Amino acid sequence: MRLDLVPRTRRSPVLDILSPALAFVAAVLIGGIAVAALGVSPGDAFVTYFVTPLSEVWSLQEIALKAAPLALIATGLAFCYRANLWNIGAEGQFVVGGLAGGWVGVATHGMGGFTLWILPAMLIAGTLAGAAYAMIPAVLKVRLGVSEILTSLMLVYVAQLLLDYMVRGPLRDPAGYNFPQSVGFDPAARLPYLMEGETLHAGVVVAFLAVVLATVVLARTLFGFEVRVVGASPRAARFAGFSDARLTLAVFAISGGAAGLAGIVEVAGKIGQLQPEISPGYGFTAIIVAFLGRLSPPGILIAAIVIALTTIGGEGAQIDLKLPLDLTRAFQGLLLGLVLGADVFAGYHVRLVPGGPSGRPVS
Amino acid sequence: MATAPFPSAPPPGPRPGPTPLFGAYGIVKRFGSFTANDGVDLEIRAGEIHALLGENGAGKSTLMKILYGLLEPTEGVVTHKGDIVQLPNPEAARRLGIGMVFQHFSLCENLTVAENIALVMPKDLSGRALADRIAKLGIDYGLHLEPDRPVWSLSAGERQRIEIVRCLLQDPSLVILDEPTSVLTPGEAEVLFTMLERLRAEGRALLYISHRLDEVRRLCVRATILRGGKVVGACNPQEETARSLAAMMVGSAVREVTGRAAGTVGAERLRLDRLTLPAPGLHATSLRDVTLGVSGGEILGIAGIAGNGQAELFAALSGETRAPDPDAVRIDGAAVGALGINARRRLGAAFVPEERNGHAAAPLMSLSENALLSRYPTAPLTRFGLLRLGAARDLARRVIEAFDVRKAGPDPAAGTLSGGNLQKFVVGREILAEPGVLVINQPTWGVDAAAAAHIRQAVIDLSARGAAILVISQDLDELFEIAGSIAVLHDGTLSTAVPAGETTREAIGLLMGGSGDASAEPRDASKAVTHAH
Repeated sequence: MRLDLVPRTRRSPVLDILSPALAFVAAVLIGGIAVAALGVSPGDAFVTYFVTPLSEVWSLQEIALKAAPLALIATGLAFCYRANLWNIGAEGQFVVGGLAGGWVGVATHGMGGFTLWILPAMLIAGTLAGAAYAMIPAVLKVRLGVSEILTSLMLVYVAQLLLDYMVRGPLRDPAGYNFPQSVGFDPAARLPYLMEGETLHAGVVVAFLAVVLATVVLARTLFGFEVRVVGASPRAARFAGFSDARLTLAVFAISGGAAGLAGIVEVAGKIGQLQPEISPGYGFTAIIVAFLGRLSPPGILIAAIVIALTTIGGEGAQIDLKLPLDLTRAFQGLLLGLVLGADVFAGYHVRLVPGGPSGRPVS
Repeated sequence: MATAPFPSAPPPGPRPGPTPLFGAYGIVKRFGSFTANDGVDLEIRAGEIHALLGENGAGKSTLMKILYGLLEPTEGVVTHKGDIVQLPNPEAARRLGIGMVFQHFSLCENLTVAENIALVMPKDLSGRALADRIAKLGIDYGLHLEPDRPVWSLSAGERQRIEIVRCLLQDPSLVILDEPTSVLTPGEAEVLFTMLERLRAEGRALLYISHRLDEVRRLCVRATILRGGKVVGACNPQEETARSLAAMMVGSAVREVTGRAAGTVGAERLRLDRLTLPAPGLHATSLRDVTLGVSGGEILGIAGIAGNGQAELFAALSGETRAPDPDAVRIDGAAVGALGINARRRLGAAFVPEERNGHAAAPLMSLSENALLSRYPTAPLTRFGLLRLGAARDLARRVIEAFDVRKAGPDPAAGTLSGGNLQKFVVGREILAEPGVLVINQPTWGVDAAAAAHIRQAVIDLSARGAAILVISQDLDELFEIAGSIAVLHDGTLSTAVPAGETTREAIGLLMGGSGDASAEPRDASKAVTHAH
């Protein structure tokens, strides 16, 4: 006997919505078993992970602040992944974007007079720098056929070391007692807060607008159609006259630009200066978010919030229940695996078929 | 299809004589409503090279897959030395001593020759012992291989030797070879023939699948000929001429050319001038000096067996492959060789590729999105880069109505349509654009009779409105039905087009097998064979 996967002729929209929800429930149940094995009540853990963070104003803001860069980066990555191109280096593009935009902030430090242009210039510099950095693997792929997976990933370390060098060298605050960090940005170089006295800044609006824009582009423009056709049927895309090379450059520019924008939003929003580390791995986590959201921008928004929630909840569980941070990471990985697994069942019937190693003469 | 019984064909069925090594009797294989094999009988004796002849789609591959355990027959039995055997998988076939050399190799490019062979061997055969056996086979059969060379550095002939060695290491009593010379140079083919002769002399049986008539006449003393899933003849190819073999393959009944009044032929609208293109890959064909012209109101048919350059010719016409010389392709006089497919569409050309799913249409996308796929460059379906989804749905609906496309739901995914309905959609999408030049590859491949008639009628009507139409097809019935003149593509070269009324399917069949010329006058066939190679 063996198992065969038979494609469903029509995908049911109900199953499409139900499958990630069921995967989430299954991940929570399995996580509960792991928690119990660690000697903690699964009920307490559930409350700490999923209820407490949603019931306090500060933690809701933290969730939004963590979800914003994830959603922004993952939305850009969705263009790449939809077209079957694998930009794994969003972390590096994030760092380069933060560095380039942050450099504008440092260079304009203490500038008087008209300063309204500074923040837009930082955002534009960050976006362009991220896009330009993503062009390196894209051009190498188009011109020389180099695997974009390897080059984009390795350029992450280049970007991180470049930032490290800059904040220890040229961009170090001269009055900073030799700490590896830049000057704090002027108020004109900071993203405005949305509410007086709170932590929520305008970056979440940027991320939300990016998701809306990406939804429209993918569904309603010729370019979005091109991305979808190239991913779904590469030969049909060539029949439609779409150029592989041009599209590769375009989606890398989009995903790099989105990651760079997320980088400068983080630097100009939450952090307010340049320092050796500006990302807790957003660029890598965003890959999970992109696939959890099944490469659709609205799905990515939901996935980013779920991942942010488990991260904030995980920090609470670490403090209150002494549960390890690794448990949170394991849970996020489990969730991704289950969502992708459930997707298989939404797309295929499973059938048991007889047959196996036999075949002796029967007479 | 009207088919006269061929005079030299004995009645099918078990023949008297010694028990064959392998036999297949009454084999029927259906895929849905399509019958690929319809009551096929085949006997293979030890010590013979048995040819299985037929056009593409005649059922050769299906029969071969049944013998190798890749497909289970719907009806019928396979016997080994007179006993009925079950072949549920290739493993079972191998245990009975059946080996197979595939047309397309399954080798790992970055592993060495020895590693590729070890991959398919039982685990107890260690590296040293295996290398010794490879070396011994090399000496015995002239299959020289360097065990430590990586596969990516080998020629097609050397790669095939790996496949043959893999097969021979299992000491098979029957070796099935699927179009073994299709990827070989003439010199490599000679080496192969010598080795096949040696295998035969050892008392092994070989089933040799080919449509190259000269090879078959040289190697085989028994042949079974398939057409339309049925055995239409069995003969000794060495007693036949290439002409008579070709006639058996393509069917000897000459249909009357009907349905096509000689329309008014206008100016030349599509021209290829000495188009030469290198082969894009290992299993691809290079095009050599292809010259043709199609005028408005004319339908030119390109006959030929698959793999002789049809896909490459189509890509060169559509612009999916650019020609090195811009003047080599002309549409309405404009040199378009260097232009892409959309530039050619804007000049009034339209294209229908052979493969519906994944080339002409994206199977997971809706019909309206598939209407966009080829029509967005010329129809008002976008505005400022935004899709006009309503207009795309309207266009899809017009195609669906004009071509009677049966579907489920208002705008279903293209992949959910049946083959015939999707083909009607794809052809209709292009014809509704009222192209001045239409290039269509295998217009009715795998399509039911009603849909095929609908498509052919639409193509004829379009030509009557003044379009120049180039039809590439393996179906001779189809070409004789709709084409005004016919040329044959063989091994990347195109014969001179001749009016369909002045040639016969035997003459075309000879050209398809690489022999003869298309004129209808009888001609000494053996001379034709030698002149072709």
